[in-house]
Amino acid sequence: MRLPLTMRYRPPAGMVAWAFHRISGVGIFLFFLLHVVDIYLVGANPALYDDVLRFYASIPGRFLEVLLGAALLYHALNGLRIVIIDLWPAMTVYQAKLWTGTWVIFILLGVPGALIILRPAWLPLLQQLGLA
Amino acid sequence: MTDEPAPVPTPASPPAFADIESGNVTVSRVSRARVRPRGSRKELIVWYLMRVTAVALFVLALAHFSILHFIWDPATQSAQFIADERWNSIFWRGFDWLLLTMVLIHAFLGVRTVVLDYVHSPVWRTGTLWLLYVIGIILFVLGTQVVITLPTSALTGPV
Repeated sequence: MRLPLTMRYRPPAGMVAWAFHRISGVGIFLFFLLHVVDIYLVGANPALYDDVLRFYASIPGRFLEVLLGAALLYHALNGLRIVIIDLWPAMTVYQAKLWTGTWVIFILLGVPGALIILRPAWLPLLQQLGLA
Repeated sequence: MTDEPAPVPTPASPPAFADIESGNVTVSRVSRARVRPRGSRKELIVWYLMRVTAVALFVLALAHFSILHFIWDPATQSAQFIADERWNSIFWRGFDWLLLTMVLIHAFLGVRTVVLDYVHSPVWRTGTLWLLYVIGIILFVLGTQVVITLPTSALTGPV
């Protein structure tokens, strides 16, 4: 079977790592701008802050928080991988293992984390079905 | 019929893991991060600052996110919660202020790298970087002001 060229192309791990690192970094930066302003509202306009918090606690807000958490966790783990390789060049030998490890830890921590944040989205459904 | 491009004869192949150099900044083929810069003291300081703040943020930012999503659910949070619980001790105010400072250094130097990568016109580059630093200073002032001045309920009674 012949796949189209775009699907046959497997980018090298370093390129994927770099692209995800940059996209997640810019995403976290944008949330950081919003977050400093919303925390400033705690002092300046507590009622407006409570409105913002109600959105964060809503179901769509929680999906965005899972996205933020995923960006944060990936950026943190991949960043640690970069720091390890840069400051301890002997680890270059294990760079493929470090890359695999990044994703293993990402899934192991990320999936339970996402389920906890999204609890209000799935728990009522389980209760309706009599499973919880 | 084949849609494969004709093999291009490779010139003398570079050593495996050779660094890709351009000016003062070098990109490693292995980590895809920036190799420790040579020939520019400023770039070297930026390079170290990114890594030092990265290690600090690995602890501070992940702890901050976990505390405010796993220990306290967002549904239980409000301005009152921050005054009563979250910022009711110097330790947690200091923790969040340190996080703010580390993020400001890391995020703004990180976006500086992005700007240097994509903005090439000297006028636009200087303008974008100035705008970036001005936003950074404003955020530092806003964040520091609220973390220092927000009254705690223990001292003033409920908000």
